[in-house]
Amino acid sequence: MAVKRADDYEIRRKHLAELSDEELKKRFWELAEKIVDPMLALGYKNTTPAIERSILLRMGFSSLEVKPIVEGVMRKGLMGKGAGNVVWRLSKRLGVSVREAGVGLAEGKYWDDVDALF
Amino acid sequence: MKLDPNKKLDIKELLQDLESYRPRRRGWHWREGRNKNRKIGDFEYHETSEGLKNYIPLPGSRGFNYIDPQPDCVVTTEIASGRFEDDIRRMRMAAWHGADHIMVIRTMGQSHIDSLIEGTTQGIGGIAVTRKQCRATRKALDMIEDEVGRPINFHSYISGVAGPDIAVMFAEEGVNGAHQDPQYNVLYRNVNMVRSFVDACEAKKVMAWADILQIDGAHNANATAMKAWKVRPELMVQHAINSIFSRKVGIKPENIALSTVPPTAPPAPRMRIDLPYAVALRDFFSEYKMRAQQNTKYMESDMREATVTHTLDLLISRLTSADIQSTITPDEGRNVPWHYNNIAAVNTAKQALNGMDGLREMVKLDREGPLGKEVRELKERAVLFMEEILETGGYFKAVENGFFIDSGYYPERNGDGIPRQIDGGIGVGMIFERDKDYFAPVSVHYGYNNIPSEFKKASDAIGNDTFEDPSKIIYIDELDEYDNVNTRLADLEKYYNTNTVKPEVEWRADGVVATTIFLPLDERTAEFAAIKCGEKLGLEDVTVVHKQALHPSEGTLVEIKGKVIFDINVNELVIPEKVQTLSEEEIREDISAKPMFVVAATIGNDEHSVGMKETLDIKHGGIEGFGIKYLYLGTSCPVEKLVDAAIETNADAILASTIITHDDVHTKNMRKIHDLCVEKGIRDKVMLVVGGTQVTNEIAVEAGMDAGFGRGTHGIDVASYLVKRRREKHSNEN
Repeated sequence: MAVKRADDYEIRRKHLAELSDEELKKRFWELAEKIVDPMLALGYKNTTPAIERSILLRMGFSSLEVKPIVEGVMRKGLMGKGAGNVVWRLSKRLGVSVREAGVGLAEGKYWDDVDALF
Repeated sequence: MKLDPNKKLDIKELLQDLESYRPRRRGWHWREGRNKNRKIGDFEYHETSEGLKNYIPLPGSRGFNYIDPQPDCVVTTEIASGRFEDDIRRMRMAAWHGADHIMVIRTMGQSHIDSLIEGTTQGIGGIAVTRKQCRATRKALDMIEDEVGRPINFHSYISGVAGPDIAVMFAEEGVNGAHQDPQYNVLYRNVNMVRSFVDACEAKKVMAWADILQIDGAHNANATAMKAWKVRPELMVQHAINSIFSRKVGIKPENIALSTVPPTAPPAPRMRIDLPYAVALRDFFSEYKMRAQQNTKYMESDMREATVTHTLDLLISRLTSADIQSTITPDEGRNVPWHYNNIAAVNTAKQALNGMDGLREMVKLDREGPLGKEVRELKERAVLFMEEILETGGYFKAVENGFFIDSGYYPERNGDGIPRQIDGGIGVGMIFERDKDYFAPVSVHYGYNNIPSEFKKASDAIGNDTFEDPSKIIYIDELDEYDNVNTRLADLEKYYNTNTVKPEVEWRADGVVATTIFLPLDERTAEFAAIKCGEKLGLEDVTVVHKQALHPSEGTLVEIKGKVIFDINVNELVIPEKVQTLSEEEIREDISAKPMFVVAATIGNDEHSVGMKETLDIKHGGIEGFGIKYLYLGTSCPVEKLVDAAIETNADAILASTIITHDDVHTKNMRKIHDLCVEKGIRDKVMLVVGGTQVTNEIAVEAGMDAGFGRGTHGIDVASYLVKRRREKHSNEN
């Protein structure tokens, strides 16, 4: 929880006092890296609805189409596979274009076929 | 579509074929030709960039042959009217004054919309950032940059819960710069913190591909903290987190800019507080770019005060460094910025940066004294802040414990930070772990991606994505039948390409005007008296935008705004025809064949001499340059003395200058010259010409002069007139 504390800078700084300006700068950036590494790791292994929508946009779908596709993928519990992956695999399975497969999903079609993809 | 400086940008034409418009380039543009000395007019400049093809120089450039040196840094203007069709006109005006970074503010609440939005709905405090608005604006800016002869950076925001979506759209539409900082979402928009950082990974990766310059969101801590200077250590930490995070995702350091604001403003002794901070920041972040923002935290409704604060901000930029000089309109403490205040802000930056060109060659920061000590202390406090983040268990734990936006000067803590919970906020529960067979079939992606072995690259699976083949982009025009640019244009049809015009400050024909009023009343009474003045002037919706007591009882300055309810038909205006001057050769030949002699002076108790000297002096293109001889009697010259001198020298003309207009002394003196000349019997023989900033030909003729010349007059105008008038008189005599 949030704390109240008087300015104890003079006490806290003791271990920094002897560092040169260059050493202090180096320390600043080493600490910054340590702080962000866990967030980068989270980004590496996780995805979100916004990320999946952004992938579908780049696959040639409109903002109106990507939203229902991602929502459907979430309902099916397939976010871990990737929404783009779902659309791509579906297109292969149905033998239709990626665009046709995705638009179909956006219109509520083909969802039963999705169950068999993974 | 190509722009003609003498024609307005045609919005309807701009909107045509938008579905097939592609931006001509991607990525950020720094000004060309920096870091070299450049001769401009009479001077050598040390901190400029290449000049513009078309521009409007500072008013003071009149004394310097209308030069318009462009500083070395990119100059930003922020536009937020809520109607992109009106914003575009303002962008064109700003570009002519030197802005090459146009930042478009988003409509209120867009950061909480979990999707892209489409169309051209009207926004509040900004526009809905949509594909259509971005494309139309980029298309307009492509034309505007051709007109001024310099690339223009277009900028908006990649934040909120649709960050990756917006990043993709920006990359596709040629947006050149964007704010992206997951901390901003967490602290100010209450977006779930894990979601915010995970989203940011993909968004930043896309930005890196599109060469979009990134600006962080740390400046918001200045605006939020009660005592903005206390959060300086934290600001450095926030800058560091976003900078290193972005870099590790893949954005190159030269595309990572810190949004940094000098945290205080006068009456605080700001140089002693803000300068060490600026220096400490530039020491630590030497690999990154500085986007110097101006202080808004302590901004009130006084535009003069805001301009002084901003000029001091610019001093800090020049004493340290600024890669992008951002500007804030001086009316931001009053209302959403008005057209001319964007230009005022850009000009404040240009003027100050021109004036301080090369300052660092002569003035060096002294790090031996209090500056160095303060710089070191700030850096240590920032390092201590980060040490405690890690001791607490990392960033998320630190946020949960209210580490950020605490008003204490770290390590002091006041317990008033903004705590956010890891399992709270908007978008919570929307994080999904990628399975082993997770696959994203796109060319640009952050993180784990199990690309099937049959493909060389991920997007081969779909035969290229929109980054590789933009023809795959799906363009949506409008979704709202009523709230869109077409209905707005139709509603205002009578003001587009017609003779009908109405004053405006934000939107076409909004009718708003502002008036400055002094009332010999106390502040409270003056406020209501000023509103009454506005109403009696025929304005509607009159409100006070600024007031300042000059004394508790003697008087108050009030500025009001209101709407006019009439239109002006420009065809019905009586506009005197602009007088054509004779050519220089013709004037010289005439004077050479028949010499001319004039007497000149600034009359009355008036010490202004610049205008008259410029009119006379050969060096400034004055009448002397055409062979006209003169006798100059100086300033504060009695009218009698001037007329007597004309008689003694048998002058062809009297040139009188008059600046002071108090109690109409200028027209009274004109009348007196005329009467004296009549009395002394020379009026028919001598030409009487008067000049001054408040003089017009109509006023002068009315007061008995032959002609009057106002602001912006050159020697050739006067010489041409004298020659023509003498010919006229001569032909009358014959």
